[in-house]
Amino acid sequence: MTATLPAEAAEAAAASARRRRHPGRRGAITGWLYALPTALFVLLLFALPLLLVLQMSGSDWPLLGGNQGWNFPENYQDAVSNRFFWDSVLFTLKYTILTTIILLALSLGLALLVQESTRWKGLLRTSFLVPSALGLASASLLFYVLYSPIAGPFAGLMKAWGFTFLGTPDGALWSTIFLIVWRYAGFYMLLMLVGLQGIPDDVYEAARIDGASRWQTFRSVTLPLLRPTLALTTVLCVTGSLLAFEQFYILTKGGPDNSTITIVQLIYSVAFQGQNDLGVAGALSVIVLLALIVINIAQIRAFNRKAED
Amino acid sequence: MSTTTTRRPSDESDPRSDSTIAIVAPDYRGSRGGRGRFGGGGGKRPAPTSFAGIAMRTPYWVVTGALALLFLYPLIWTAISSVSPLPGTNQVDGWGFGNYATLANYQAGIWVYLFNSTFVSLLTVLLTLVISLLGGYAFARFRFPGKDLLFLSTLAILMVPYTTLLIPLYVLLNAVGLSNSLVGVALVLTMFQLPFSMFMMRISFESVPRELDEAAMVDGCSSWRVLWQVLVPAVKPGLITVGLFAFLAAWNDFMAPLILISDTNRMTLPLAISNLRGQVQGVVDYGATEAGVVVLALPCILLFLILQRHYVRGFMSGAFKG
Repeated sequence: MTATLPAEAAEAAAASARRRRHPGRRGAITGWLYALPTALFVLLLFALPLLLVLQMSGSDWPLLGGNQGWNFPENYQDAVSNRFFWDSVLFTLKYTILTTIILLALSLGLALLVQESTRWKGLLRTSFLVPSALGLASASLLFYVLYSPIAGPFAGLMKAWGFTFLGTPDGALWSTIFLIVWRYAGFYMLLMLVGLQGIPDDVYEAARIDGASRWQTFRSVTLPLLRPTLALTTVLCVTGSLLAFEQFYILTKGGPDNSTITIVQLIYSVAFQGQNDLGVAGALSVIVLLALIVINIAQIRAFNRKAED
Repeated sequence: MSTTTTRRPSDESDPRSDSTIAIVAPDYRGSRGGRGRFGGGGGKRPAPTSFAGIAMRTPYWVVTGALALLFLYPLIWTAISSVSPLPGTNQVDGWGFGNYATLANYQAGIWVYLFNSTFVSLLTVLLTLVISLLGGYAFARFRFPGKDLLFLSTLAILMVPYTTLLIPLYVLLNAVGLSNSLVGVALVLTMFQLPFSMFMMRISFESVPRELDEAAMVDGCSSWRVLWQVLVPAVKPGLITVGLFAFLAAWNDFMAPLILISDTNRMTLPLAISNLRGQVQGVVDYGATEAGVVVLALPCILLFLILQRHYVRGFMSGAFKG
């Protein structure tokens, strides 16, 4: 244990090198065996469906009839000329922009509010986070009752003042946004907190020595250094909102007057309600997938370009 | 890719990990005797933000307390009104569990739906744990051809919209005889859980020092025994996080059963409760819906409160650092 002879040391090093190489050589097969379940899942439940949806989008494929042969450009033409297509695209974009701005601003505010560690702030953090344990469907059902003009806590007020939450297009939109903010604010607050942890203390120290006000510190230190987190949360929030379904399916059912139909709801109704056309639904899905990829690349580019400035 | 899955005492010298602990364990402060970043830090660091500072000066408790109440109010209100009287429900006068009785007798009965949901959730958790444990081990400790491609393909699941996959999956599962099947739903939900859980397990394994399993290998253990006897105890926090997220996702999922299940006896709880509205001649039974929300939400909230630090750690572990 005390002193090792050079020769012995060299031999030991060689032996450990051999040992290290040994699992590596045999490792390829063993590694594949451990990765096999993952590979099977990715192949059968992800890659294969992805190829199938491409094929569907170019085929005449009724829900119950199965594949009836190629129908390539017509599916896409039908998809775009669906009478709700442009309405749903516009509504989805409007909803996405509003939700993203409100949700991210609020969650950053909450994160700054509860950043320090005291018992009270721990309690606040927990109360903001509890709604995010609920599923989106449960939260939507909860607010469905909460907004109801019969059973909700505002029923008396609604009767007296003659308004309803879900009765007008704008009311339905804002009621849904409120539900989403309630459900997700804690979740995004947590992501913001992770980002805030990553800002080194000495940067704040330097700003303080330079005599920066709190607002100046926030604008010129916190926000720029938080950019990776802001990029991530924006991408997550935009993606999630563009694919909104449950909240509108349960809360507004697309109403009133079909004013709150999102693009995913349109896909669902084309595929399974009435039209039962998986070909057109597949075409819509492919359009959404491509749009999502383009939008996400654009967002990541935009955040990277700002980083270079 | 930084990771905080294992917390060593040496971390405490790092000022950043102080507040990390504060988030992971809000009441950790007490045992350390510090007052966190804001209070008695000896002026080590000024208040980082203006909002917090202003809030401290204004009637801070009232404002923040009201904010917390705003987040808790819908939950509390639903719990209370599910047992309070309301015309048009099964609980017309007095307090009681009439709404829960309606729920219990709805169609196939709540026990069937509870069983379906539990079955799907537990199967999803089990599959997710097994696959991400083995996969994470492979990605962290082995080199094999196609490794990077497979890992990137797993992460790519995140990029593809839910519906884009669910429609072809509906056709595929029908083709292999898994139509209307809870097992089919669990398989699909497991696939959707893979990006997060694989990432989580990979970094969990990577944060375990290699010397640990190499020493065991030298002692003649097979990689299988090393995994179960040496590594599984070391990556347990990661497994708990992955399991918790898989459970919450599967228990609450609405869209996969909506598309894949049409038989009323096979529906999961969220689907059944969503259908329960407007069953009686289009009149919505709000009381039963409230009871249903309570039954749906209670396990999630309890699990969240018990495992809160694992929930939070899932985010802290770098999985979401841009």
